[in-house]
Amino acid sequence: MLKIQGLHKRYGAFAALTDVTLTIAPGELVSLIGPSGAGKSTLIRCVNRLVEPTSGKVLLKDTELTGLSRSALRLERRRIGMIFQDYALVNRLTVMENVLSGRLGYTSFFKSLVRRFPQADVDQAFALLERVGLEGLHDRRADALSGGQRQRVGIARALLQSPELLLVDEPTASLDPRTARQIMRLIAELCRERGLAAIINIHDVPLAQQFTDRIIGLAAGKLIFDGLPGDLDNSVLTKIYGGEDWSQPAASAEDADDFEDGDDSAADGTLDALTKTDGVSA
Amino acid sequence: MSEVTQPTNQTVRTWRRPPQIKDPRLRWALYIGSVAYLCLALASVEIDVARLVEGTVRAKSLFAGVLSPDFVTRWTDIRAGFAESLTMTVVSTVLGVLLSIPIGLGAARNLAWRPVYLVCRSILAVSRAFHELIVAVLFVAMFGFGPFAGLMTLVVSTVGFLGKLLAEEVESIEWNAVEAVTSTGASWLQRVVYAVVPQVLPRYLGLTLYRLDINFRDSAVIGLVGAGGIGATLNTAFDRYEFDAVAAILLMIIGIVLCAEYAASAIRKRVL
Repeated sequence: MLKIQGLHKRYGAFAALTDVTLTIAPGELVSLIGPSGAGKSTLIRCVNRLVEPTSGKVLLKDTELTGLSRSALRLERRRIGMIFQDYALVNRLTVMENVLSGRLGYTSFFKSLVRRFPQADVDQAFALLERVGLEGLHDRRADALSGGQRQRVGIARALLQSPELLLVDEPTASLDPRTARQIMRLIAELCRERGLAAIINIHDVPLAQQFTDRIIGLAAGKLIFDGLPGDLDNSVLTKIYGGEDWSQPAASAEDADDFEDGDDSAADGTLDALTKTDGVSA
Repeated sequence: MSEVTQPTNQTVRTWRRPPQIKDPRLRWALYIGSVAYLCLALASVEIDVARLVEGTVRAKSLFAGVLSPDFVTRWTDIRAGFAESLTMTVVSTVLGVLLSIPIGLGAARNLAWRPVYLVCRSILAVSRAFHELIVAVLFVAMFGFGPFAGLMTLVVSTVGFLGKLLAEEVESIEWNAVEAVTSTGASWLQRVVYAVVPQVLPRYLGLTLYRLDINFRDSAVIGLVGAGGIGATLNTAFDRYEFDAVAAILLMIIGIVLCAEYAASAIRKRVL
């Protein structure tokens, strides 16, 4: 599905990525973990060439993305959806305009300028908004939504591209723990429904283990772990992130579990409020 | 008594803001130099008491005129002057906006291809290099007296002003929205329309309204050097010592600028 071969990215003398090689199978959900500055964002941006790799190859199915001309790249980008850490919505546009911008690669300039998208696209956009739990909010301005809702708009925009691959950059970093889980669950569900492959950059290791099939560890621009979520033990975490008492974050992750699955009646009021502001129950 | 309340075993630590210029010799040299220059400069201005007195007399007749503005006697001239100025203002602002958008986008470092960026930046720099009055004098020499020269002057300075500020606004937008739109396979123009325009529109609109009233005021100034509009009427009235007509014109300029101000803030409130 996606092949990355010997990828290097240098910023001046600084090597952001060094000889990264990996293959992703169709429908596979892969987490990319590593400390800040390890090159995770650079790596996924090299796939759709928001960042231009210094050397190496990226192949999506049989198309070599590296080395495509600008216009050919534009067409290939439609096959790759992207979801961002800080949602990257255009705040002053409506939810619908943000979602429909997922179709820009399929729409002529003039039609997109006057917002005349084909009816099929509009139907699909409504269906997606419903699927991600934002029914009825299509005419709100994007900056009138909560963080969780904004990320749902970002997800709908990416999926409206009808992509074959999702690149997901820290989808939960700006969200509270509960909304973070809901968003991860939503992304995982949607990928399974559509047989989409995804690379998900994520700092939250327990979330990565819970929702993805495979974990790749990156440190200082080098790939140093590639395995199943179960194989990720404390020694591997130390290799990726450096020395730390790894029992601590694991304990706090259990607390988050309790918060969601445990005593609902005690926290009913708060949970209701959360559910309402976010538009969807877990 | 105060000595009792002071903690005895603690030395007092005073603090002063560190001086902007560290070297005390340089600092004092600058202070003394500035004062000396100011004294010399004042001494070089020839203050003539006789002329001051004469001026006061003329000022009296001017203020008398201002207190009794005469809209009627020169009304046809005044009306024609204002009509010309308002036409110059609106047309030059519209043309300026149309030209400043491509040039401003081209002059934004984060959006434009390097050579385009340099060309657009140079155009903006040249169009802002001279004051409107100098540009007006040039255009009057090229195209002759009248509002056309004035119109061209205002277009040039509008492009310089709006283009530069638009470019700076575009350079400070949130880039992640542009990245997101790019990642959907959008073309350069689509990126501009979907990710850049929504972010800069309110500010650009505000600047355009501001420029509209600058253009109106400037149309009064450049008329003084023969570029048409109400400035020309004003100049004629001054030449004839018709201070009551001058007063009428000045009051109308104030009125129009105030109206423009209110209209601008009303529009801005709606769009933001």
